[in-house]
Amino acid sequence: MGAERPQYILQPVRVGWIVASFAVSLMLNFVPWQPAALAPDFVAMTLAFWCVRQPRLVGLGAGWFMGLLNDAGSGVLLGQHALVYALLAFGAITLSRRILWFSVWAQALHVAVLLVLAQAIGLLVRVAAGAEFPGWSLFAAPLIGAALWPALSFVLLVPQRRPVEVDETRPI
Amino acid sequence: MEHTPPPFFKRGPAPLVRLAFFASLSLALLVLDARFRYAETLRQSLTLLAQPLQEIAMLPGAFAERIAAYFSSQVQLNEENAALRRRLVEASTSAQRLQAALAESEQLKRLEGAAQRRRTRGVAAEILYNARDPYARKVIVDRGTQHGVRLGSPVVDEIGVVGQVTRTHGAASEVTLLIDKDQAIPVQVARNGLRAVAFGTGVSGQLELRYMASNAEIEAGDRLVTSGLDGVYPPGLAVATVSRVERDAASSFARILCQPAAGVERGRYVLILETETRAVSNPETATPEREPGAGKSRRPRKKAADGR
Repeated sequence: MGAERPQYILQPVRVGWIVASFAVSLMLNFVPWQPAALAPDFVAMTLAFWCVRQPRLVGLGAGWFMGLLNDAGSGVLLGQHALVYALLAFGAITLSRRILWFSVWAQALHVAVLLVLAQAIGLLVRVAAGAEFPGWSLFAAPLIGAALWPALSFVLLVPQRRPVEVDETRPI
Repeated sequence: MEHTPPPFFKRGPAPLVRLAFFASLSLALLVLDARFRYAETLRQSLTLLAQPLQEIAMLPGAFAERIAAYFSSQVQLNEENAALRRRLVEASTSAQRLQAALAESEQLKRLEGAAQRRRTRGVAAEILYNARDPYARKVIVDRGTQHGVRLGSPVVDEIGVVGQVTRTHGAASEVTLLIDKDQAIPVQVARNGLRAVAFGTGVSGQLELRYMASNAEIEAGDRLVTSGLDGVYPPGLAVATVSRVERDAASSFARILCQPAAGVERGRYVLILETETRAVSNPETATPEREPGAGKSRRPRKKAADGR
């Protein structure tokens, strides 16, 4: 199955790129999307991506800190997203060796399960803190997020796919 | 002899240990924040970090709005202008009458020797967007501490109360709407002065009066206004209309549902009131006084502190 797909030997990732991607995704989270219920959690997606690709660089600590920033920025209970992202990072790291074997759409299915579980944990936290169940539309956002996985993994791998030195005469 | 593995194999604590560490850390934070509100300083510093990103995130919306404003047709603007002018005339006549009535009532109050009600001023604000949190009913408005918005200020529109400021930033603040599940407002039935507290239900367009005896004199159609007892909301603002009263013989409380008067979930412009809460000190708790002289000397000083 992997034979037809072009296989890239990726360059090592740069830490600056990871930090920049997290910053951009946090900013995307703060954008007031119009049907707010349908806006996916970009930070969760980016975190899942880097935990799958670089489990030794990005892990629970990074997820926890991004969660705290998200909590403070969006004015919800401090620790809600932190807990969710730590659990999501754990799930993604555990599944990372498995996920990378699949094609990008099968990867998206795995990620959909992770994101839906993350949303469910967030729901549990809020209901325990006294909120009402806001309806099943809550789970539309993680599914949309998973559908964006192929685009996300294309964009986030762009700098690693670039050749070290551009050489037009090179055979591959 | 040392048997530590070479650094190549060092990967820190096991993932499960890390998970337990971070999960318990976040659970502790959650409890601290939800129960005791101890995490405010941490929240403030994290907000400082997140704020530049938030401001960048607001740019596309503002830009699109400017473009939309540019392309809104002149006919539309003219119509809107005419309608607004008509409403201004109406409002100014009623404002004049209100001024007269205010002056009259103040005079009467002065005659009576009652405490004068402070005038309230307001900051007009525009609702930017609904807060992202799907579990709460909050909106973000474009006025913050720079413009003099203070925490806890009531927020009204042209009809009545919309909500209350629950968090302030430099250039924006968060308003919790009346229908939020954690929001409560002291009200009074306009018809007979019966006092109650209206709670949000989390459902759009619905408030609830809790803990009202099942024989309380209240019926569908009653108008509820703020009672002003809390010192936060000025008295007399429209809050809601009672839409349904269910009296059940099985329970000692009536179930009273109301519909908010103001455009809590519509509208774009609101007024954030600056209320100066009257410093009414609590009645002193009965402490056994050791020496009468000390108690007497303490009291005037306390009054001076309250009166400023």
